[in-house]
Amino acid sequence: MCGIVGLFLKNPEFQPRLGYMTSRMLRVMTERGPDSAGFAVYGSAPSGHVKLTLRGVADIDLSALALQLLGVLGGDVEFARHDDHAVLAIPAATEGAVRALLATLAPGAVVASSGHAIELYKGVGLPEDVAGRIGLSGMGGTHAIGHTRMATESAVTVAGAHPFSTGTDQCLVHNGSLSNHNALRRMLVREGQTFDTENDSEVAAGYLSWRMAQGARLDEALGAALSDLDGFYTFVVGTRSGFAVLRDPVACKPAVMAETDDYVAFASEYRAFAELPGIDTATVFEPEPQRVYYWEHQA
Amino acid sequence: MTTRPNIRQIDLASTSLRDLNAALQGAAEGSDDAWTIVNPRGRHAIAVGMTNPVEVTIAGHAGYYAAGMNQRAIVTIDGNAGPGVAENMMSGRVHVKGNASMAAGATGHGGLLVIDGDAGARCGISMKGIDIVVRGSVGHMSGFMAQSGNLVVCGDAGEALGDSLYEARVFVRGTVKSLGADCEKKEMTVADRDLLQSLLERAGMSDVPVGAFTLYGSARRLYHFHVDNASAY
Repeated sequence: MCGIVGLFLKNPEFQPRLGYMTSRMLRVMTERGPDSAGFAVYGSAPSGHVKLTLRGVADIDLSALALQLLGVLGGDVEFARHDDHAVLAIPAATEGAVRALLATLAPGAVVASSGHAIELYKGVGLPEDVAGRIGLSGMGGTHAIGHTRMATESAVTVAGAHPFSTGTDQCLVHNGSLSNHNALRRMLVREGQTFDTENDSEVAAGYLSWRMAQGARLDEALGAALSDLDGFYTFVVGTRSGFAVLRDPVACKPAVMAETDDYVAFASEYRAFAELPGIDTATVFEPEPQRVYYWEHQA
Repeated sequence: MTTRPNIRQIDLASTSLRDLNAALQGAAEGSDDAWTIVNPRGRHAIAVGMTNPVEVTIAGHAGYYAAGMNQRAIVTIDGNAGPGVAENMMSGRVHVKGNASMAAGATGHGGLLVIDGDAGARCGISMKGIDIVVRGSVGHMSGFMAQSGNLVVCGDAGEALGDSLYEARVFVRGTVKSLGADCEKKEMTVADRDLLQSLLERAGMSDVPVGAFTLYGSARRLYHFHVDNASAY
């Protein structure tokens, strides 16, 4: 069992409240996944910049780190600390150099995500505590995906918590278990994908990144996943401007969606929606198995 | 339905689920009380295990296993129901005014489950005597291993309808995406048609014409081991 929540805003007026709404939904899904939690929040970066979310920086002096990066790269470096995570906004052209420098300057830090829009946070513990210390409820943005984990296929670690990000501005959360992830991981490694964990869900994320790197749109990549992935899954996937849902053909992992003029919401159970504005008049439906559901913001 | 003079309201925002279910289960035999449950907010296991013929309305969406194990009570869900609504119902009536998620009426032994909207996957799985009437469509694997009772679908049915069916009967008005193993189309007799008519009437759907339905049942080829199938195991 795991819990998933997702929120894709159509009405820009809701953007400042994205994190708050997501945090309320995530909290309700604690009973489905009390081991660990994580969430990706999509907002924007300053023009020409990328955001790197770093994890494991609790003991790092970020001002000093930013100064060191500035000293080497010049240009502008902004950072924001969120408990043991930090988001660095750097000129897009310097990403490779920054990653190389971080390995030396902050060897304990993990780059959890990179992209124009994505910020990705996760931690071990009750979802409410993880979201609280990272400050989810104060975050704004266009769409967000969250996960509460009850581990089945690999250990309870921060790295094993969802979402998994295996490509720029991409993330995936998964409820279920894949049965052909080892074979698929070997194939993807041969194709040049890298993996940080032994987790089956990371393989699903890597698979989609591989498909999209070959030119597939998110919905096309998910369509291909239907024949290449074996096992149980309900996936919610985010890209810079897109939000998608896919359930396996047997569809034993629960899923419910709600749509209004203001948002599209996903949850493992309806009760996560109970506090959403306008939920009483929302269209509430169960996504069908084997059907790709896909929404996109105008870029 | 009789008119009940005393309406009692229970607010799940301020009453615990256990207290609610204890109150409903403890309703006095022969009581005229009707109960309305407000703020269900998708909570699980609302109004389960009732044994008396009380009338209960859930004013909103319910979560998993709403009205599960019901005996004799009359439950109306004025919203959607989550997985396993009226699971293992013995008798009484459960009416979902919205859609139901997967495994609606699973393993039910008796009573009537009415769903005004659609039902998800595995509707009526392993049903053992319950009658289920769905105004909309049902998802894949509905009627899987259904043993007795009737499943009436006014809309369409998903993949593998009635897979490994025993003696339950499945009436479908719309299209069937595919039939499961050992499920086949049956000739509809006058008695079948009368039964269907009465089920639709009891479900408040007498506006749905009986004529367009097709009856499905077990071909009974899986009842006994057949040596030609040995390689399939």
